[in-house]
Amino acid sequence: MTDQTTARHTEANVVLRQVGKPLERTDAEGKATGRTRYAGDYTMPGMLHAKVLRSDIASGKLKRLDASKARALPGVTAILTAEDLPDRLAATDMPGQTGQKRAATDRQILVREIIRHHGEPLALIAAETPAIADKAHDLIEYEIEPLPGVYETSAALQAGAPVVTEPDNIVGEHKIRKGDTEKGFAEADHIIENTFHTQFIEHAFLEPEVGLAWVDENGVINIRMSTQVIEHFRFIADAMGVPHNKVRILGAMVGGGFGGKEDITVELYLALLAQATRRPVRLAYTREDSFVGHGKRHPFDITHKTGVTKDGKITALEVTIRADSGAYVFLSPYVLLYCAVAAPGPYRIDNVKIDSKAIATNNMYTSAFRGFGAAQACVAYEAQMDEIAKAISIDRFELRRHNFMRTGDKTATGQTVESAIWSDKCMTQALAALGEPTNAEGPVKVGRGVATYQQSYGRITWFHDTAEAWVGIEVDGTVIVRSGVTDIGAGQASALGQIAAELLGVGLDDVVVYNSDSAVTPLAGTTTATRALYMTGRAAHKASEILRGRLVEFAASELGVRPEDVDLANGQAFVIDNPESAMSLKDLAARGASEGLQRSELAMFRAPFTDPIDEETGQGPVFPDFTYGCHAVEVAVDTETGEVTVLKSVGAHDIGQAINPQAVEGQIEGGALMGQGYALSEELIYQEGKLVSPSFSEYLIPTSMDMPEIKSIILESRSGLGPFGAKGIGEPSLTPVAPAIANAIADAIGTRVFDLPITPEKIVRALREADENA
Amino acid sequence: MSLEKAISVEINGIDRELTAPANETLLDCLRRHGHFEVKSGCEKGDCGACAVQIDGEPVDSCLTLAWTVEGRSVTTLEGLNDAENPHPLIAAFLEHGSVQCGYCTPGIMIAAEAMLREKPDPTNEDIAIALSGNLCRCTGYTKIFTAVKQAAGVLRQGGGDD
Repeated sequence: MTDQTTARHTEANVVLRQVGKPLERTDAEGKATGRTRYAGDYTMPGMLHAKVLRSDIASGKLKRLDASKARALPGVTAILTAEDLPDRLAATDMPGQTGQKRAATDRQILVREIIRHHGEPLALIAAETPAIADKAHDLIEYEIEPLPGVYETSAALQAGAPVVTEPDNIVGEHKIRKGDTEKGFAEADHIIENTFHTQFIEHAFLEPEVGLAWVDENGVINIRMSTQVIEHFRFIADAMGVPHNKVRILGAMVGGGFGGKEDITVELYLALLAQATRRPVRLAYTREDSFVGHGKRHPFDITHKTGVTKDGKITALEVTIRADSGAYVFLSPYVLLYCAVAAPGPYRIDNVKIDSKAIATNNMYTSAFRGFGAAQACVAYEAQMDEIAKAISIDRFELRRHNFMRTGDKTATGQTVESAIWSDKCMTQALAALGEPTNAEGPVKVGRGVATYQQSYGRITWFHDTAEAWVGIEVDGTVIVRSGVTDIGAGQASALGQIAAELLGVGLDDVVVYNSDSAVTPLAGTTTATRALYMTGRAAHKASEILRGRLVEFAASELGVRPEDVDLANGQAFVIDNPESAMSLKDLAARGASEGLQRSELAMFRAPFTDPIDEETGQGPVFPDFTYGCHAVEVAVDTETGEVTVLKSVGAHDIGQAINPQAVEGQIEGGALMGQGYALSEELIYQEGKLVSPSFSEYLIPTSMDMPEIKSIILESRSGLGPFGAKGIGEPSLTPVAPAIANAIADAIGTRVFDLPITPEKIVRALREADENA
Repeated sequence: MSLEKAISVEINGIDRELTAPANETLLDCLRRHGHFEVKSGCEKGDCGACAVQIDGEPVDSCLTLAWTVEGRSVTTLEGLNDAENPHPLIAAFLEHGSVQCGYCTPGIMIAAEAMLREKPDPTNEDIAIALSGNLCRCTGYTKIFTAVKQAAGVLRQGGGDD
């Protein structure tokens, strides 16, 4: 409350004293002292411990399931199998806020007969202790008859292939048609075609899925859990056959999400067991449960065929996309759509033809993961840009500059981008920040690469997305924010506090944010799709602004001036031209209360609403807006061993306006390392659909030993749709990293590995093949 | 039910008696006795979220049986947060935004504090090695390194509790 920053007026005529500052987040102290309670830290008297029995093969028929021995074990309270459940299904679609009809993508809750993926749940156990639950798990007898499965998308499309999803294993298809690609290819001097492959990867949040459920005195099933989406209470209620107001989901600070806690995880099992036993039930996944139990990032095969003139103008683009959606639909159609829309990259291309398919297999189902299809698209389009540059002997950065979209250009789906497109500026600054090249010695080669991108923030506009927030001022001048937003570690709750503090003239210390409770905090929608700050931030901004207006008006009458002469800052309402004439917010709120001034406001923010795009041409608006930026890296590659070391890693992103620049840097730095794992080391290995690498000793995420020198460059065009002109950074910070690394490796060794992850083995093989072809 | 016994152990400077079955890990035992600042991340010694110090040495509490700490001293993050003299690591993590989801934070502070006693002026490599058993998926480690270096500086100038 001591900040005396000079007034900086924005379009909203708001003095920025709190926003744009690297303030200590409201959640930081609790976490840094170990006092924050995560969902797994809650217990209740009489609590039972749950466990899930899963199929250990990917494709089969459940012939027999006998839980009688487990049920007879002392201390076992309930065993639920499909026999014990009504014949209901669980939704796997995107949770909406607006009551629109969801897609028909439901799945069985427990296996009734057919097993479609490794880890599909067969039975639920609740017992007095974790040890008894484990023992009961081992006492359940079952017999599974293996059935032929399908584990490759190409095999799943063949006639006579096992049908995982009726009728033909195709669970999603999108087409985009713009201009005339035949004409565009005819105008081209070169046509370059390449296929890129990405792998299954794991979110690897540090906190495994966990929750605690109980039925309260009103018959409401309460679930306290680690989730990105408290709005799943509706799907849980539907699956349970109870009204929506009889299920409540309470969050806690989430120990990482990255899309992996976007779909339903433990909540439905908890609800079923709590309802069956009428006792509190806790379910905590082991790390292996977590590896086996939630959806993965889709592997994609993406083929780019690009027509380009000799001076580097792209005249036509055809893209063919195939995604492995695994055994259930989940969010695959949307992930596929994101990939198709993102496929042309941040480039203006007049003639585009994109065909995409998501295909069911008996692999683990795939769903949301930071970047959501658009990250896979970037792996392909930015590698293709470097391949084009190499093929036609043109500078790869100039090739990009020649083709970047500019503000006012249309995307491949015909959506006009009205915000700033600072791709060039971001790329130039990122490259400059790499500094002097590192010297290469002996077999070690040094290379550099960039990737630029276009990544949406906010949900698909025909979802008609909304968010609510409530802001109030207490009679002592302190501020409370209530909003359903889940905080998955990026400071989602704290950002709302910073916005309210800015508008109400208090310090962040004077604000408490209550979030993530589907019954008590106004629903704000999901923490997904880089939408939390954009949507919830705007709702908090709107509520704060309305409240500010009332406070200013009341203060003006108290101070005997016009409302436009009053500002709020440093815990005071004061006359702008005569700051001595002031009253504290405490006095103002107390005076207001005694006069019946409304000291709170509930506001809803609505994203742009559109109708779905045309199915045949894919034409129409798809997203509210996009973030643009660049990641640049320098790598060293040992050509004898294939070992890659990332030396420097720079993210430069136009994020519109940083609400908390330190938190933005945190996203860029975290994205840099997550992208590095995606590029170099991470891959889930499935053998006939069975995950054979379900631990951190086999699945290698980057450690402190892998950290390069990371720089974050924040550009602020203030042109976004978020609060104070903010865009989003959660997903954009990750998206360009893996392709930048792939391009740097190709630059270093003179040949390309087209499949992620780029392991030492693949590098050595690529070098050998390049030698043989030379 | 496996055999249970009471073990005497000093936790964060306070003498305690904890009952534990023979097969219980220190992780489960500490959490059962209210030490929720010790996190469970993998239960296999791969991630470091459960790290505590035993007689000042960082260990994964998920790989340690509770009975083995009889007569020894255990330090958790709570032990670094002395009310009158909190460890400079805590202030440094707050100042530099080194905490995101926070789930790895307790283990990382435990590992970093042990390292700083050995290496009062750590290089990046010293920090990288000390934290190599502690996975973090949010931060890219960058701000953690910055905070650890700052805390080292504060300690060298005589700040903190020793």
